[in-house]
Amino acid sequence: MGLLSKKDAALIKDPLADNNPITIQVLGICSALAITAELEAAIVMSVSVLFVLGIGNVVISLMRNIIPSKIRIIVQLIVVAALVIIVDQVLKAFAYELSKTLSVFVGLIITNCIIMGRFEAFALGNGPWRSFLDGIGNSLGYGVILIIVAFFRELLGAGTLLGIKVLGDPIEKTGVYKYGYENNGFMLLAPMALIVVGIIIWVQRTRNKALIED
Amino acid sequence: MGLKESLHNFKEKNKDKKWLPAFSAIHTFLYLPNETTHNGTHIKAADDLKRTMNTVIMAMVPCLIFGMFNAGYQHNLQVGDVQAAAGSFFSSEFWTMANFMIGFWKILPLVIVSYGVGLGIEFIFAIIKGHEVEEGYLVTGMLVPLIVPVDIPLWMLAVAVIFGVVIGKEVFGGTGMNILNPALTIRAFLFFAYPTWMSGDKVWVEGAVERTNEIVAGANLDAISGETILGSLAQGKEAGYEVMDMFLGFIPGSVGETSTLLILLGGLFLIFAKIGSWRIMLSSALGAIVMGLIFNQVVDSGWITESSKFYGLMSTTWWHHLLIGGFAFGTVFMATDPVTASQTNKGKWIYGFLVGFISILIRVFNPAYPEGVMLAILLMNVFAPTIDHYVVQGNVKQRMKRLKAKTA
Repeated sequence: MGLLSKKDAALIKDPLADNNPITIQVLGICSALAITAELEAAIVMSVSVLFVLGIGNVVISLMRNIIPSKIRIIVQLIVVAALVIIVDQVLKAFAYELSKTLSVFVGLIITNCIIMGRFEAFALGNGPWRSFLDGIGNSLGYGVILIIVAFFRELLGAGTLLGIKVLGDPIEKTGVYKYGYENNGFMLLAPMALIVVGIIIWVQRTRNKALIED
Repeated sequence: MGLKESLHNFKEKNKDKKWLPAFSAIHTFLYLPNETTHNGTHIKAADDLKRTMNTVIMAMVPCLIFGMFNAGYQHNLQVGDVQAAAGSFFSSEFWTMANFMIGFWKILPLVIVSYGVGLGIEFIFAIIKGHEVEEGYLVTGMLVPLIVPVDIPLWMLAVAVIFGVVIGKEVFGGTGMNILNPALTIRAFLFFAYPTWMSGDKVWVEGAVERTNEIVAGANLDAISGETILGSLAQGKEAGYEVMDMFLGFIPGSVGETSTLLILLGGLFLIFAKIGSWRIMLSSALGAIVMGLIFNQVVDSGWITESSKFYGLMSTTWWHHLLIGGFAFGTVFMATDPVTASQTNKGKWIYGFLVGFISILIRVFNPAYPEGVMLAILLMNVFAPTIDHYVVQGNVKQRMKRLKAKTA
């Protein structure tokens, strides 16, 4: 990357692989379970978190020298809340159906541990540009896992991708359904999201032994 | 040089080959391992893991054979080829070759798929991890065909077996390390993934689904169906089976779970061979009886009326609960799994009691999941280590107290 120095590029690259917020730090699991039954919802969620974390990190970083450390959590919460409300209103205005699917989970971005975690761990101690890159990197790392999980859950659970029937019609019995294939209803239930995340962690740690603890 | 010796030499020669675990798996399966310890004094126990597992399989064989007859019998009964074999275990309507052959050709593939896929995965993991193959799948492989509906598509069974063995057992470290009973994990997976194939009035009778499809396609046939007793009761309908039929097993249900009589014999055999825990079997029966009595009492004292959706199952006489559904099979063959059950004697009583208690609770209050025993055992599997922990700690505390009293 010519644009970024090596150190800055690592801010984006690390969370995508060896320091992934979901699979390595195991943060933000609740939303990974709740909204990954459909690929579309997962993508919108990822974009929302990208927006909130990118801007939020910059805002916190700019204010880092004037926030009294005793009330910093409250300040952080206000910043996230403000950004989340913007996302929520935009979704309601331009994608009403989708905002209904996501329901409370947009609001619950506030409690997404990744966001508070990055504010605390990074934005409070670094400049705005580096904080911005860190926010983008972590939310991309979050988004990648979300989209992988949602891809498998929607494909195997409902036979669709982004609402398009890629495997054929289960009622008309076209495509693979002609040969007796059936959708796996378990994939649409929350436990299966946890298991898929677990399998991703398994694969990742098998490929990179350095990640295995003790 | 005999075959046994040459096999052993072959093993010695290829000691560091990657595929050796797969070979020695077959070798140990056919013969006892040749390695012996040389120094020190040893107590020789004849019952190794393989023998334990074989004993459990032997206890299940009557259920399997009965299941084959029953599958054909249920089919022929619905079609109208045989009369109902009411009341007598040795009814000539039931033990016919025609019945057996239908069941045999339907259930044999289930057994083959279960063992083939399951052992295949065990082999792959043995090779990856580089250890000897574990015998853990021998019993699971036999349990699985006995606890699924006879008409389950084979590919679904294969997918479920892969899931159950990998997620239910191998990720925890293989045989002896699993938290959940793998056979029940497989059944739970099927139940939540493909509910239309695990409940309803079609899957329990051989050929009913196929026939329904043919009728939809325009064939001139009579539809056949058979709902399990639990399924009918959950919908508030009369079950329409004599108690004796429930006990002997002439009812629709999963392949091997219908005959309480044969399960009881298998259970006695396991107790006699000192493999199954009588404490767990007895206490879970007690738990079920207590819960059943509570529900009967609720109905008797008029707290619940016939309009309630729970009425059908709540008003079921308490001891009928022990005969219907998979309760007996689950209690005898699955709750007693030594790996996933409680280990301490006191813990076994608590564990078993709660298995029975919760089974009936789930049965009654969640008509969508009439097979409560599966969920109850899985739930208690999770709690078994906790129960053991408190039993052991309680024991430690008591001894400390005694010690203090002595020294004081």
